[in-house]
Amino acid sequence: MTNLRWKIVTVLAVFIIFFAVGPYPILAARYHVPAPAWLMDKQLKLGLDLKGGVHLVLRVQTEDALRLETDLEAERLRDELRTRNIPVANVVPISSTQFRVDGVPPAQDAAFRAAANEVQANFERGSGTNGSYTLTMRPNIQVNLRAEAVVQARQTIERRVNELGVTEPSITQQGNDQILVQLPGVTDVERAKQIMGSQGLLELKIVERVASTKDELLTNGQPPEGMEVVPGNGVAGDAGTMYYLVKRAAAVTGRDLRNARTSVDENNRPAVSFTLNTEGGRKFGKVSGENVGRQLAIILDGRVQSAPTLESRITTDGRITGSFTPEEVQNLSLILRSGALPATLSYLEERTIGPSLGADSIRSGVTASIVGLLMIVVFMLVYYKASGINAVVALIFNLVILLGLMAYIGAVMTLPGIAGFVLTMGIGVDSSVLIFERIKEELEAQRGVRAAINAGFSRVFWTLFDTHIAALISCAFLFQFGTGPIRGFALTLFIGLASNLFTSIFVSKTIFEVELANRRQVTTLSI
Amino acid sequence: MHIFKNTNFDFLRWRWHAIALSWVIIIAGVVTLATKGIPKGVEFAGGTVVIEKFEQPVSVQQVREALDRNYPGGGQNTVVQSFGDPALRMVMIRVPQVGSEAGSSLAIEAKKVEDALDQSNLGKRSREGAEIVGATVGRELTSKGLSATVLSLIGILFYLAFRFQFSFGVGAVVATIHDLLITLAFLAFFRYDMSLNVIAAILTMTGFSTNDTIVIFDRIRENLRSMRRDSMHHIINTSINQTLTRTVITSGTALLTALALFFFGGEVLHGFAFTMVVGIITGTYSSVFIAAAIVSLWRGTAPTRAAAHAPAMAGAPAPQQPQRKQKPQRKVRAS
Repeated sequence: MTNLRWKIVTVLAVFIIFFAVGPYPILAARYHVPAPAWLMDKQLKLGLDLKGGVHLVLRVQTEDALRLETDLEAERLRDELRTRNIPVANVVPISSTQFRVDGVPPAQDAAFRAAANEVQANFERGSGTNGSYTLTMRPNIQVNLRAEAVVQARQTIERRVNELGVTEPSITQQGNDQILVQLPGVTDVERAKQIMGSQGLLELKIVERVASTKDELLTNGQPPEGMEVVPGNGVAGDAGTMYYLVKRAAAVTGRDLRNARTSVDENNRPAVSFTLNTEGGRKFGKVSGENVGRQLAIILDGRVQSAPTLESRITTDGRITGSFTPEEVQNLSLILRSGALPATLSYLEERTIGPSLGADSIRSGVTASIVGLLMIVVFMLVYYKASGINAVVALIFNLVILLGLMAYIGAVMTLPGIAGFVLTMGIGVDSSVLIFERIKEELEAQRGVRAAINAGFSRVFWTLFDTHIAALISCAFLFQFGTGPIRGFALTLFIGLASNLFTSIFVSKTIFEVELANRRQVTTLSI
Repeated sequence: MHIFKNTNFDFLRWRWHAIALSWVIIIAGVVTLATKGIPKGVEFAGGTVVIEKFEQPVSVQQVREALDRNYPGGGQNTVVQSFGDPALRMVMIRVPQVGSEAGSSLAIEAKKVEDALDQSNLGKRSREGAEIVGATVGRELTSKGLSATVLSLIGILFYLAFRFQFSFGVGAVVATIHDLLITLAFLAFFRYDMSLNVIAAILTMTGFSTNDTIVIFDRIRENLRSMRRDSMHHIINTSINQTLTRTVITSGTALLTALALFFFGGEVLHGFAFTMVVGIITGTYSSVFIAAAIVSLWRGTAPTRAAAHAPAMAGAPAPQQPQRKQKPQRKVRAS
């Protein structure tokens, strides 16, 4: 008897806890019933397909990050060779992970190897033939760099989205190099996309020469060593493209930025003012001091925005001018503030769900679920009479636990999640039917009511065990290897199956026991 | 109350008819798929879908004409459908083109479609939804979905082989593959787009079907212990009959839920609900007629525990079951 009392206490406690976390906040929000804030925070969240919003899948072009690193290392080795007085003909990047050093003098071969080993720990040096060496980035470094680039890109996008002021955005990594961005309630997709996708790489470089065609700046079809050609806007008011020959190594990059904000230039046109951090200010002061009277190219994402002449030594403050609209200036300062992306992004998928479309789906989904549930309830009550109540209670209990657990772990309800819900309901009914049919069989075999119920539950236990474990196994695989919506389905079903084992066996049995405990002589069972 | 009481249908007698019927449907489905192709939603095919809500009622024809006139490339490959409740005045437009994945021009076709509409005096409109998918996503979705499904089937096969016997695992997996093929065939007949929601429905119904199958297998396992002297044929039939009421009630209630979704679930869930209805029917059918039949066929070719006394199973029917004489021989030919 005390045993039964404990069972009742357990059942009620579980019900109250899960009801409080799951359905209660939803109902409270719907019917404006007061509820504590910490409960409302836990309220089950709806996916974008039900709530409306923008869903974007981006790919981080991790090749870019590798190329950047290779260029940087090639530059470093070139500098090192110069300081060590080892003359080489050329240091050229040949792919995103490889660069080649040509014309190492045979006499200084050993000195070159020593220098290369010292500088290039991350690169594998091929055996040199005729003074030519190919250096290849080590595979583990490649993997690390790619992973880092994706993480950095995610963080940068996060900062930008936060600056946009979107409520409850979700930015998650998906697979190796994809980022899933979900912005509830955003309507201006174009702006959001533009802001997230701009690389935002600011570079300040000293200009060597300016020309109106690219060829004028090249010698033998190649820019001079340590230089590169960057296209850009012409002088203010000139619409044509100009080409700038600039030093490959930037004096200062966006990494040294402390802040960026909108401002106006001397002609009252929109501009972006920036402030460098101490380290950046020191570097910039040195470069600008050495180059007074020369032009400084302000390069944004590989395009020269303007190339003002340095009038004096500048340390921490600068301004980007150009033909900007006020909106562009606003976006640009936001992008610069949030830092540069380590690599360019490409868009793989874009999905917009208007709020009324989502609301329509919820309404239909809820209506259909309630109609389905009602039909099941009526059937169970008609077919299994009083025992049908038992099945209905177990079923509702199951749905309450499912909602509560999903809210508790912060899972999101999506359309495929509703599918998982429907299947949970189906399997819940099935469990009750299996048990009841078995009890009927046992009753027909002339067993007493108590014995029949016990036998029914114990015999069906292994059936339920096997069906549930098999389904859980397939859920686990779907969750592990599936993509977004499939995972949502698998997660809902997984929780539903687990809670169903509890409700259809433990809860249902307890209800039977309560019924029987109130009767001394049990000869009939309404089933 | 009883739906069935002490039934004694000989389900296995009908196994060849059932297998033949299934093959007919599957082959018809394959032919339909081969000739007409599987209709893929944008998630899989890539492309651009916009759902526009108009302030004034417009006909599908008007929208189509607007695209023919003003959309670059014309409207030959576009799909124009009214979407949801006609009172909402929503139209869905799908074009196979999609902007380049590099940069931020993926959505360029959606813009072109909307420009075409705006140039055609159809009144004010607003974008209610859009789905713009590059080619990469579809490829990834297909390969990941397939590998997830195959791995989960292998998982079930091994679990059942461990808990029951290998033949039961084979029976369940064959029945599930059967359901997948039949459902795909019906999707092809009725030209439903293969979308993510349909995939979710297919997963749901394979779950149902496996569940159904295991319940029957469980009874067979139990009866294998209590009815040692009976033939496998008899045990399987008895087990299916004993669980028949439960099979009908479970599938019936599930079917009711699916029908509720089909009729009340709204436009977005239509493909989902259709797949569920088909899946539940074929799932129940395969659990009763196919899964156990496969087990008996598989065991017919190998000596088993239940019939361990018969060294060469194929030619040696159990003595108390003279009518089995012919079937083992057919099994041999079939294997």
